[in-house]
Amino acid sequence: MTNAGTPRVALERFLDRWLPQIVVSPLFAASLVFVYAFIAWTIYISFTKSGVMPNYTLVGLAQYERVWSTPRWYVALQNLFVFTGLFIAGCMIIGVLLAILLDQRIRLEGAIRTIYLYPMALSFIVTGTAWKWILNPTLGIEKLVQGWGFRDFSFDWLVDPQMAIYTVVIAGVWQSSGYVMALFLAGLRSVDDEIIRAAAIDGAGPVRTYATIILPMIRPVFLSSIIILAHLAIKSFDLVVALTGGGPGYATDMPATFMYAFAFQRSELGTAAASAVMMLMTVMAIMVPYLYSEIRGSAK
Amino acid sequence: MAGVKLDRVWKKFGQNEVIKGIDLEIAPGEFVVLVGPSGCGKSTLLNLIAGLETLTSGDIRIGEQQVNDVPPKDRNIAMVFQSYALYPTKSVHRNITFGMETRHIGHQEQEQAVSEVTQLLHIEQLLERKPGQLSGGQRQRVAMGRALVRKPDVFLFDEPLSNLDAKLRIEMRTEIKKLHQRLGKTTIYVTHDQVEAMTLASRIAVMDNGHIRQFGSPDDIYENPVDLFVAGFMGSPSMNIVRGRVLKNGSCGIEVTDGEGAIVFPLPEALAGKVAERTGQEIVLGLRPEIITHRGAHAPGSNVFAFERAIDVIEPTGPDTMLVFTLGGSEAIGRIRPGEAVAVDQPYRFQVNMDKAKLFDPASGIRL
Amino acid sequence: MSQAQSGIVRRQGPRQIALRILLFAVLGLFCLYYLIPLAVMISTSLKSLDEIRTGSLISLPHEISLDAWSKAWSSACVGVRCTGLEPYMWNSFLMVVPAVLISTFLGAINGYALTKWRFPGANVIFALMLFGAFIPFQIVLLPMARTLGYFGLAGSVYGLVFVHTVYGLAFTTLFFRNFFVSVSDGIVQAAKIDGAGFFPIFFKLMLPMALPTIVVSVIWQFTQIWNDFLFGIAFTVGDSNPVTVALNNIVATSTGVKEYNVDMAAAIIAGLPTLLVYVLAGSYFVRGLSAGAVKG
Ligand SMILES: Nc1ncnc2c1ncn2[C@@H]1O[C@H](COP(=O)(O)OP(=O)(O)O)[C@@H](O)[C@H]1O
Ligand SMILES: [Mg+2]
Repeated sequence: MTNAGTPRVALERFLDRWLPQIVVSPLFAASLVFVYAFIAWTIYISFTKSGVMPNYTLVGLAQYERVWSTPRWYVALQNLFVFTGLFIAGCMIIGVLLAILLDQRIRLEGAIRTIYLYPMALSFIVTGTAWKWILNPTLGIEKLVQGWGFRDFSFDWLVDPQMAIYTVVIAGVWQSSGYVMALFLAGLRSVDDEIIRAAAIDGAGPVRTYATIILPMIRPVFLSSIIILAHLAIKSFDLVVALTGGGPGYATDMPATFMYAFAFQRSELGTAAASAVMMLMTVMAIMVPYLYSEIRGSAK
Repeated sequence: MAGVKLDRVWKKFGQNEVIKGIDLEIAPGEFVVLVGPSGCGKSTLLNLIAGLETLTSGDIRIGEQQVNDVPPKDRNIAMVFQSYALYPTKSVHRNITFGMETRHIGHQEQEQAVSEVTQLLHIEQLLERKPGQLSGGQRQRVAMGRALVRKPDVFLFDEPLSNLDAKLRIEMRTEIKKLHQRLGKTTIYVTHDQVEAMTLASRIAVMDNGHIRQFGSPDDIYENPVDLFVAGFMGSPSMNIVRGRVLKNGSCGIEVTDGEGAIVFPLPEALAGKVAERTGQEIVLGLRPEIITHRGAHAPGSNVFAFERAIDVIEPTGPDTMLVFTLGGSEAIGRIRPGEAVAVDQPYRFQVNMDKAKLFDPASGIRL
Repeated sequence: MSQAQSGIVRRQGPRQIALRILLFAVLGLFCLYYLIPLAVMISTSLKSLDEIRTGSLISLPHEISLDAWSKAWSSACVGVRCTGLEPYMWNSFLMVVPAVLISTFLGAINGYALTKWRFPGANVIFALMLFGAFIPFQIVLLPMARTLGYFGLAGSVYGLVFVHTVYGLAFTTLFFRNFFVSVSDGIVQAAKIDGAGFFPIFFKLMLPMALPTIVVSVIWQFTQIWNDFLFGIAFTVGDSNPVTVALNNIVATSTGVKEYNVDMAAAIIAGLPTLLVYVLAGSYFVRGLSAGAVKG
C-alpha cells in the first residue's frame, strides 16, 4: 500500500502544484508560436528578397523601398486616411446622436435599438453585396431618383475612381454606427441619476446637461469608440473586396487589400510582408498607448 | 421665506403606488425630517417637492405658489443628494457656480457668493480640485456649498450623511443644525436614521409605505407615538413590545405570562381608564428600555413596579449597560447604569416606571 | 439610468410637443436608414430580372418569385462550379461549430486557471495572449499559409477550424478572465479546503456559474467566425470555401447576365444565421460587443 502509494501521492502533489501551469502552457505556447513567432517570421521575410517562395537572404530595406515606390501603395494610404477619418466621424456623429435621442425614455426603445444594431451582426461581405446593388450606377439609387423626375441625376460613385472610396465609407458607416450608438447608450445609462437631477435643479436644460455634464463624464467611451473604429478601419478588407473589389483599377485599394494582392495574387512575399509589418506598426501605434492607459486605469 | 404645503399628493410608477395621498404643511423656517424605513417613499416625496418627479395627483405649494407644473429650477429650492451628485469633470469652484452660470449671474456676484459659502463651510482651499480628489466629508461640504449659494426658499436634503463614517456623521449633523439656526431657511430632510431625525428636527414626519403615520415634534413622536409602528421605529434600542392580558381584581393590571411565570404590571390611574372596557382581553404593553432600570433610578413619586427576570445577555455600551431578558415570550431590554452587580443567567430585580408605559390595541396597533 | 430625466418636471408647451415630434421623426428616419437596405435586398431577391430592370430599387415585387432563392441555394455558379450556396453553408457550419466550441472551452479553462490559480507570471501571460486580439491578421497570413501547407491542412475546413480556434482564443480568454475575476476567490478556497482539485472545481463549480459568459462567448465567436472572410479566402480553395467567400464569388462572377436577384438571395442566405442569433439572443450579442469594446 505505502509502496504503491508513494509515487502516486508524489504525482498528485506534483499535479496539485503544477496543473494550472500545465493547462495554460500549451495555450500560451500556441500564442507564442502563432502570434509572436509568426510576426517575427513576417518581419524577417520583409527584410529578405523573397518572391514567389520565401528566400532567407537578407536584403535590408529593399522591400520597404519597393513598397514606398509603388504608386498603388500611396493610393492605399490615401484611401486609408480618407476612409478612416470619414468612417470614424460618420459613426461617431450618428452613434452619439442616436444614443442621446434614445436616452429620452422612448416607449419603443428596445425595438428601435434592435433595428439600429442589426447590421453589426452581418458580415461585411453581405453588407458590401447589398450596397453594391443599392449604389449600382444604372439600376440603383440613380434610377430611383431619376424615376422621381430628376432626369439629370447621376450617381456613379461606385465606378468613379475619384469617388469610389466614399461608397466604402457609406456602407461602413451604415454597418458600424449602431455599434457606437450601443456603446454610448450604455455610457449614458451609467451616469448617476442624481447628477442629472442636480443639473436640473441648477437650471441646466437638456442640451446644456448633455454637453457640459453627461458627455464629458463619459469621455472614456469616446476614446474607446474611436480606437475600436480606427482598428476596424485599418483592418478593413472584406468590405472593400465585396463592394468595389479594390477598383475601379486599384482606386479603392487599402493597405489590407494591397497586402493580400501582393501575397496571394502577385506572389511577392517580401513586399507583402513589408506592407503587413507597416500595418502592424500602425495598429500598435494606436493600441499600445490605449491599452497601457486602460490597464493602468483599471489597476488603480 | 416660504412654507411648503402638500395636499393629497399621490405618486404612481406604472401600477406601483409609492406615495398614497399625503397631506403635509410645513411652516416657513421649519426643519422637518421625513423618516421611515428604506423604500417607504421618502426620496420620492422629496423629489416630488423638488420637481424631479411629476405628480400623479394632488397639489404642492411652495410659499403662495402652486408648483405642480413648475420645473425644478424655478421652484427656488436647493437640494443635497445622498451621493452628493457633484459634477465629476468640473472643479469644486465650477460645481458651486454652475447654477449661477445657467442663470447668467454676473461674474462679480458669483465670486462674492462663492467666497461667502466657502468661508462658511471651510472649503476655501479645495476650490481648484476635482470631486474625485476630495474625501467623503469634503464632498459633502461641497455639495452643501452648491446648495447654499442658491440662497433658496427651501433646502431639501436626501440622506446627505448616510455615506459618511459615524464620527463625521455626527460632526456634520451638528453643522447642519447650526446652519439652519443661523440661516433660518425652511428645510426638509430625509433620513432613515431616527437618531438623526430626533436631533435635527423641529418636527418629524414618520413615513411608512407611502403614508405619513405621524407628524409632530420629536418629543411628541417619542413620548406619544400614535401606533406600534412609530413606537417601534423611533428610539434605540427600540421599545419593548410585550403581549399581555388585562386583569381587574381591585386595581387594574396587565398580566404577562411566560416560562418563568406570570407578572402582573399594575396600571396607574391614567392608563387604567383606557382599558376599563377590555378586562380579560389581549393587549400590547410598550415599555421603553430606559424605563426598565435599576433600583432608585426613577423620580420619587412615580408609579414604580419591581419584577425579577433572569438575564440572558449583558451588553455594556459605556454610559449604560443593556440587559437582555425574556418577557412574555419575546426578548426585552432593560437599561441600567454600569457597575450594577449583574451576571448572566442570574435573576435581576428591575424597576419599571409604569407612568411611562404605553398601551396598544393588538389588532390595529393604535395606541390607546 | 439617465432615463429618470424625463421624470423631471418640464415646462409644457407647443415647443415641447414640437421637440418630441422631431425626436420621433429623427428616430424613425434612422430606422428607415438601417432597414431600407435589408428591405431592398429582400424585395430584389423576390423579383424577376425583368422586373428589376423595369422597376425601381424600392418598388415592391409585382409577382413574388422564389426562383432566385432556389437558384442561390442550389445552382448559382460560384466561380466555375454551379452548385449554389448549399455546400458552402455546410462548410461554414462544419467550420464554425467546432471552432466555437473548442475556443470557448479553452478560453474558459484558460481564464479560470489565470484568475483562480494565480501563479507567478499569470498576468504577464494574459497580457501577452491578449495582444493576439489586436494584431491585424495580415501579419500572420503568410506564415500561417505555409504552416497549414506543411501540415497538409491548406485548402481544408479543418485548417480554418484550427486558425479560428487559435486566434479566437485571445477573445474567449478575455471574456472568461473578466468573468472569473469578478467571482469571489472564497468560493474556490472553500472548494480547495473541501479537497476538490483543479478540474473538479472547474467543471462542477465554475463552468455552471459562467453560463452567461459561455453564451456571450459562443455568440461572439459564432458571429466572428461565420462572418470571417480574410482567413477563408486566404486559406481555402474552391469547394472548401466558407459561405462568405462563396457569396463574394457569386457576386463577382463576371460571366453571363448579372443576376441581382440571385446575388441578393445569396447575401440574405449567408447573413441569415448570424441575423437569427442576433434576433434570438440580442442582449448577449450586445454584451459581447461591449466586452469587445475593451479590446476592439
Ligand atoms: N423611477 C422609479 N420607477 C419605479 N419605481 C420607483 C422609482 N423610484 C422609486 N421607485 C419605487 O418607489 C419606492 C420608494 O422608493 P424611494 O422613494 O426611493 O424610497 P426611500 O427613499 O424611502 O428609500 C421603492 O419601492 C422604489 O422601488
Ligand atoms: Mg431614498
